[in-house]
Amino acid sequence: MNVGNVFFALSSLLALAGAFMTIASRSPIRSAVGLLITIVGIAALFLKLNAQFLAAIQLIVYAGAVVVLFVFVIMLLGPDAGDGEGTVARARVARYGAGAFFALLALGAAHLVSRAGGKPTLFGLVRPEHGSVEAIGSLLFRGEVIPFELATALLIVAVVGAIAVARGKPHVRREKQGSPTARMFHGPLMARDAQRPLPTKAQKAAAKAGAV
Amino acid sequence: MNMLGNYVEHYTMLSGALFTLGCIGFLVRRNVLVQLMCIELMLNAVNLTLVAFNRLHTGDMNGQVFAFFIIAVAAAEAAVGLAIVLAFYRLKSSVQSDEADQLRH
Repeated sequence: MNVGNVFFALSSLLALAGAFMTIASRSPIRSAVGLLITIVGIAALFLKLNAQFLAAIQLIVYAGAVVVLFVFVIMLLGPDAGDGEGTVARARVARYGAGAFFALLALGAAHLVSRAGGKPTLFGLVRPEHGSVEAIGSLLFRGEVIPFELATALLIVAVVGAIAVARGKPHVRREKQGSPTARMFHGPLMARDAQRPLPTKAQKAAAKAGAV
Repeated sequence: MNMLGNYVEHYTMLSGALFTLGCIGFLVRRNVLVQLMCIELMLNAVNLTLVAFNRLHTGDMNGQVFAFFIIAVAAAEAAVGLAIVLAFYRLKSSVQSDEADQLRH
């Protein structure tokens, strides 16, 4: 056992423990922490696989942005983000049956793979620049520049779409309250806000004047 | 024994285990937030496979570029998914996925 073996064992155990925590814990904030642990473990495995750039990107994008987004939504929803009490038993057999069926399929696949034999494939030597920021950057900006720019377009469209879907419009709420679509996209986030009167035009103007 | 982590099979087995955990979580849990987290888990497992096989073929780095694009798409997916969760919560005051039965009634 050298340092690399211990590093692999520790980070893979970290990733597996985090994944288990994600799917098994009752509280969504603990699930988010489990996801964070998994992401850190996978970033460590990327380092072992000579992918320094991807390890950094994994930590920045996943641990820094995606998990924070999850935690932010959990904070916004408050206690309602957890599992509901009333409907716990609903469709329980179907859900656990589907999970057990998939677990059996995975175990069967693992059994077939282990029976297939064959020699395991050892990693060869690697050039030191494999996976470095310079190498990936030159590859991205030479060969793959069009997909790269399309990815930026995808991100900006996704962010604008997320804002459009997540933001409620209280002035529409008053006009068409009936349809579920109007409630879904324009209604109040919290049920207690439905009773709260909307600000009148005079109040809005006063608030605006006060802000100026 | 001291070759732990130097074979591509170790990484594919770990990635398969992570993908299986993510898929089981997606099927068993009803909390939409946890289901989205399980999707992220599965995407991460696929990324691990791509990078491990790229370590095997050291001539190019296409696998790592693939993983990079998957990370970008996963970030966009998380943003849109969480916005949909907020809209769904606005409609139902709940984040349980079996409450989403608008099309059934």
